[in-house]
Amino acid sequence: MKAIIAATVLGIIIMFAGLMTDNKKSIATLAAALFFVLLGVNIWDLVTTSPNAPQLPFHGMLRIEHYSLWFNTLMTACGCLYILLVRKDIQKVGMHVAEYFALIMFIFCGLYLLSTYNNMLMLFIGIEILSIPQYILAGSDKRNLKSSEASLKYFLMGAFSTGILLMGITLLYGASRTFNIMEMASVLHADSLDPLALAGIVFIMIALCFKVSAAPMHMWTPDVYDGSPTPFTAFMATIAKAAAFFAFIRLFQVSFGSLSERWTFVLSVVTAATLLVGNVTAVFQQSVKRMLAYSSIAQAGFMLFAVLAVNAIAWQGIIIYAVAYTVATVGIFAVLMKLKDYTYDGFNGLAKKNPLLAFVTTIFLFSLAGIPLTGGFMAKYYVLMAVVQQGHLMWLVIFGLLMAAISVYYYFRVIIAMYFKHGNPEMNSEVTTGDKFLLILTCVIVLLLGVVPQLFLNNM
Amino acid sequence: MILILLILIPLLTGILTFAFKSGDGAKAMALISSIATLGISAYVSGANYTAPVSFSCPWIPMLGTQFSLMADGMSSMLCLLTGIVVMVVMITNTNKEVEHPGSFYGLLLLSQAGLMGVFLAYDALVFYFFWELALIPVYFLCSKWGGEKRIPVTFKFFVYTFVGSLMMLSGLIYLSLQNPGLTSYSWPDIKAAGMALPAATQQWLFWLLFIAFAIKMPIFPFHTWQPDTYEQAPTSVTIILSALMVKMGLFAVLRWLLPVVPVGVAFWSNTVIVLAIIGIVYASLIAIVQTDLKRLVAYSSIAHMGLMCAAAFSNTNMGMHGIMVQMFNHGINITGMWLMVSMIENRWGTRDMTKLGGMATVAPQMAIALVIISLANIALPLTNGFVGEFMLFNGIFESSSMYHITFMVVAGLGVILGAIYTLNMVQKAAYGNVTPMVIKKDLSANEYIGLAVIISLIIFLGVYPKPLLDLTSGVAGMLAK
Repeated sequence: MKAIIAATVLGIIIMFAGLMTDNKKSIATLAAALFFVLLGVNIWDLVTTSPNAPQLPFHGMLRIEHYSLWFNTLMTACGCLYILLVRKDIQKVGMHVAEYFALIMFIFCGLYLLSTYNNMLMLFIGIEILSIPQYILAGSDKRNLKSSEASLKYFLMGAFSTGILLMGITLLYGASRTFNIMEMASVLHADSLDPLALAGIVFIMIALCFKVSAAPMHMWTPDVYDGSPTPFTAFMATIAKAAAFFAFIRLFQVSFGSLSERWTFVLSVVTAATLLVGNVTAVFQQSVKRMLAYSSIAQAGFMLFAVLAVNAIAWQGIIIYAVAYTVATVGIFAVLMKLKDYTYDGFNGLAKKNPLLAFVTTIFLFSLAGIPLTGGFMAKYYVLMAVVQQGHLMWLVIFGLLMAAISVYYYFRVIIAMYFKHGNPEMNSEVTTGDKFLLILTCVIVLLLGVVPQLFLNNM
Repeated sequence: MILILLILIPLLTGILTFAFKSGDGAKAMALISSIATLGISAYVSGANYTAPVSFSCPWIPMLGTQFSLMADGMSSMLCLLTGIVVMVVMITNTNKEVEHPGSFYGLLLLSQAGLMGVFLAYDALVFYFFWELALIPVYFLCSKWGGEKRIPVTFKFFVYTFVGSLMMLSGLIYLSLQNPGLTSYSWPDIKAAGMALPAATQQWLFWLLFIAFAIKMPIFPFHTWQPDTYEQAPTSVTIILSALMVKMGLFAVLRWLLPVVPVGVAFWSNTVIVLAIIGIVYASLIAIVQTDLKRLVAYSSIAHMGLMCAAAFSNTNMGMHGIMVQMFNHGINITGMWLMVSMIENRWGTRDMTKLGGMATVAPQMAIALVIISLANIALPLTNGFVGEFMLFNGIFESSSMYHITFMVVAGLGVILGAIYTLNMVQKAAYGNVTPMVIKKDLSANEYIGLAVIISLIIFLGVYPKPLLDLTSGVAGMLAK
């Protein structure tokens, strides 16, 4: 709870800092420091909250459980890593550096609301706080037409889906006479379900699927991710998406968990479609950045597994998946930003030119492909296990695994380009010792996630 | 504790080897490491005559998985084979130059670590981890140091095996959740869970697990990656692949399939045996028309693996025992074959049989080695191949399947066809008109040592197979019930 206030205040501090100085570097340094302060506040929240008794602050509008705080802390830690890795690239995007950092800070405020909301209104506010800064960030490279296009597209589609979300909430309120998600769970019964409520659930599902870019609501994703400035793509595809997922799973387990037989089929078809579209389309991309956009759709398909499996492992699954996916993807984007050419050919011969960069990229790609000993394997493993335990979705598990095999194709194309093709990749900027240290650190986190995942779940 | 050394030594020395810039340093490191590993695996095998060695420590308790290793007769025999083969590879490589020797030998040692892990794993998740980890170094080895078409060919190989492993993973997850009240991956729990499943479930679960193993062995029709990969891979890696990696598939059938879903196995036995036997005949026929030595040996390997797979599903004591023996023997023989192929290619500059001839005149030592190894490959009595194949055929014949005689007769065709293509190869390469050598040289000292190890094992185990039989009789007896 302190973190929500802290994120707001720290964001405003960064904006004021932008008025004081024009020195981009010092703003970036300040922002990085403030993100660590935010991490500190999160840890403070975590250790001062009792693991067993959830708190209900703000007249019960929020419900703070221990695993929510743990998710917040992990995501904020990922955010710190992200800021450290890309802070130089953010400085290059445009004039208003302070605002970019402040907007990212505000997105974290939205994330904290989404992981703790206990009321539909807070869900709505959280989604909006999460989304609006993203619309701005997508268009922050003002001189670039593609960036403006991305922003407009994202905004229009996002606004539309928010409307659908509100519609769903309204219908559900009509059926259950409450906005409180716990009370809603006790009012809605599977055997006597009001059609209004069912329509409401479907509307909310559509809106949330849009936010997590699940097919067929994924159309905006490739253009927005491709058009946005790369450092912000890295953020939107990872931490912001993970937050939307946490909101998704929270609502569908807590409120609609007992009705799962009514929506499981729809969502499993959505999951299968997401996996299919994401993986198959990614195969045909020529640009690594665009491939990563489709890969983020594909990975969303796997995260939907956690929503489908209404059980305790699913929570662990979503947390480990969010962390593993975020860390590996941010790492790849950090490497991508070092290169001039974003196509596969731009990676040709990277292993010879810069073996370390090639090695860490390989580990990140292994993780995304789900090779054992990396975080990505454990993440896939947890969500698959959650669904297998559920029992009746074995077909989806096998389909998902086949799709994972397809994903190997496009992830390994990068490895093939780096190691087995000849070329001299042009670098955007020099790889400093600090960068190397951070990339190795990221790589170590990916491997730790794969070998001792319990370290990241101890507080559950 | 000693078991973990079998994995740690190649793993750590492998990582260290990456740092070597000079070829000599890397070779020395790799050779020392492989000898040390061989020594330990010999010790483990020796200890096995009294009691199986095991090791266990907690790993991820939440998932019900433990880092547990176990060396019974079958595991220690395969570890010993791995130790011997890798050492022979390292010995015969000492006078060869490769690009980036540090990475090459490092990756070879890493793949050895993965193999050891697969053979020792006593926990399904540990098994899966090593199963994948053995593959990754091989992927890089083939893609970096292989032949002209290496990249697409290796990629096909990787995707094939990866699809299989993912299937297996889903099967193992399913099994681990079947014990009421606990999630456990340890072998006894997986086995208990699998055996308790109803017949219908076992029948589909069988394929989920078996496809991964069938791709690895490879069994017809999952074999299409194999000849290309063997042809394109550098010889050292081909040896690792054909002598050791394919044994992973067979080993997995014996450890993780037959005891786990016995009803499913009984239901599908005939189907698998038919596929295996089609593979034997089909691969043998194709081998006959090959002119490329590498492809010939590759197809002959499919035929041999098919025979072992057929016997694995015969459910007889003799058959199981035969597989144990033949896994070892095939590993030794095929290593010898590949060494000969690589020496021929090195001396004559071609692998095309039509352009070879007269080895017995210009390089008599090589010719003698080629003849002995080829005879072992067609299972002539007094070579190790005979002991194994005899037991395999005996096993298939004794099986309770109603088609056992047909199976045995058709599989027996493989032996005849095997004699045709192998002897044809010997005749073309060793005898006939002398074709000029590019490098005029008989065996060099290190090749001499490597082949001496192989040939003495061929003859020793052909005359006195008792140590091998004793080592594995416990496991074989347990498998055939």
